[in-house]
Amino acid sequence: MKTVELRTPLDDDQISNLESGDKVFLSGEIYTGRDAAHKRLVKLIEEGKELPFDLKGAVIYYVGPAPSRPGQIMNSAGPTTSYRMDSFTPLMLENGLKGTIGKGPRSIEVRESMVKNKGVYFAAVGGAAAGIAFSVKQASVIAYEDLGPEAIRRLIVERMPLFVVNDTKGNDLFEAGVAEYRREE
Amino acid sequence: MREIDVASVTKAVKDLSISTNIYLGDDVKNALREALEKEESPLGREILQVILENHEISEREKMPICQDTGVAIVFLEVGQEVHFTGGAIEDAINEGVRQGYAEGYLRKSIVADPVLKRKNTTDNTPAIIYTRIVPGDKVSIQFAPKGGGAENMSEVRMMTAAQGIEGVKDFVVDRVSRSGGNPCPPIVVGVGIGGSFERCAMLAKEALFRTIGEPNPDPEFNEVEKELLRRINNLGIGPQGLGGRTTALAVHIKTVPCHIASMPVAVNIQCHVSRHGETII
Ligand code: SF4
Repeated sequence: MKTVELRTPLDDDQISNLESGDKVFLSGEIYTGRDAAHKRLVKLIEEGKELPFDLKGAVIYYVGPAPSRPGQIMNSAGPTTSYRMDSFTPLMLENGLKGTIGKGPRSIEVRESMVKNKGVYFAAVGGAAAGIAFSVKQASVIAYEDLGPEAIRRLIVERMPLFVVNDTKGNDLFEAGVAEYRREE
Repeated sequence: MREIDVASVTKAVKDLSISTNIYLGDDVKNALREALEKEESPLGREILQVILENHEISEREKMPICQDTGVAIVFLEVGQEVHFTGGAIEDAINEGVRQGYAEGYLRKSIVADPVLKRKNTTDNTPAIIYTRIVPGDKVSIQFAPKGGGAENMSEVRMMTAAQGIEGVKDFVVDRVSRSGGNPCPPIVVGVGIGGSFERCAMLAKEALFRTIGEPNPDPEFNEVEKELLRRINNLGIGPQGLGGRTTALAVHIKTVPCHIASMPVAVNIQCHVSRHGETII
């Protein structure tokens, strides 16, 4: 377990260096998206149309932030539960997506796709949403404004604190962590 | 007969919407501090520390503790001597939600059509309102913003008397086990037993309102709660599901009588952002 400073966009070398359990400070451009936005993105990919942002090397943060107050860059913005995006993620990884940020475990299909396509899944601390907001330095809605909190936003983050859950070797921090602290009754 | 203008209910709901989303009860904060002392996993301790620091940030900055500021759950108790004036009581409650979620810069998380269109109502209404008529001339409003992540891990099961208390315990532990890291552990587990299909689900939700650390008034169920808490924490799920000794902060059981043929059981999962508040008018 190591601490890594990471800057987007991510390439295969950066990704392959990450191991389940590593602590990461992520900086650079990332995009927000939840179920409703994923549905539209996947439809665009299937139709061969252009996406509102470049997926190559991209990181998607599963979040629907609270609305910002006047003058506030970002209001509370913690992760949402990732399994709701599981059915969309493999296709996005095949099209260049490198990282996803959320909470809770991923499906076997997503984990296998991360090994195959060299992708990684990060956990942010769910519910610690006010603190996370302060690592966001810029934010703007770039697509699907009609979805309100579920619109796609482009964020510039600075040293956003994350943990590597799934790496490119197929490790899973949920499984490993639970196995270590489980006590048989 | 006591006349109460529904405008005072609107004001109370508005204030509760904002305050419950920023300030957490001392019972929850203390339980998290105790968990931090006991947690064996270094990563678990780090996560608990982040959660506790987040409370300080949200209070200082007046920002919601969590971006999911929930669906507005309202338990309304109306004294039968009360006469509401100035409009419809449910409209007044929804107006309070509308104002609170706008002025508090809280997230609007309600879609009008649950399946087909899923279009956001943009003001976080409608609230989910449960009303009881009780003796007296007071109105009590219990308010809880309920996040989706933990609610999604909840379940109702129609069990049989033959399955007994051991069956209930296994169901609760299994439900938590299958939830893993999804509901943002450490969690509070509300269990409702008895009544009917829908009544036990409400009971499970009501159980979440109990102050953490307060014992169950029934000594036998108090023991069951302790056993369940031990078994749940032995699952190893830990803070955020990444492994550790703190999976739940508390298990709260509520029971009511039921039909001779039935034993309905509901498990309502609450994340560590266990928000609720009460105003009495
Ligand atoms: S489960 Fe609770 S802490 Fe987690 S995102 Fe939902 S409301 Fe926030």
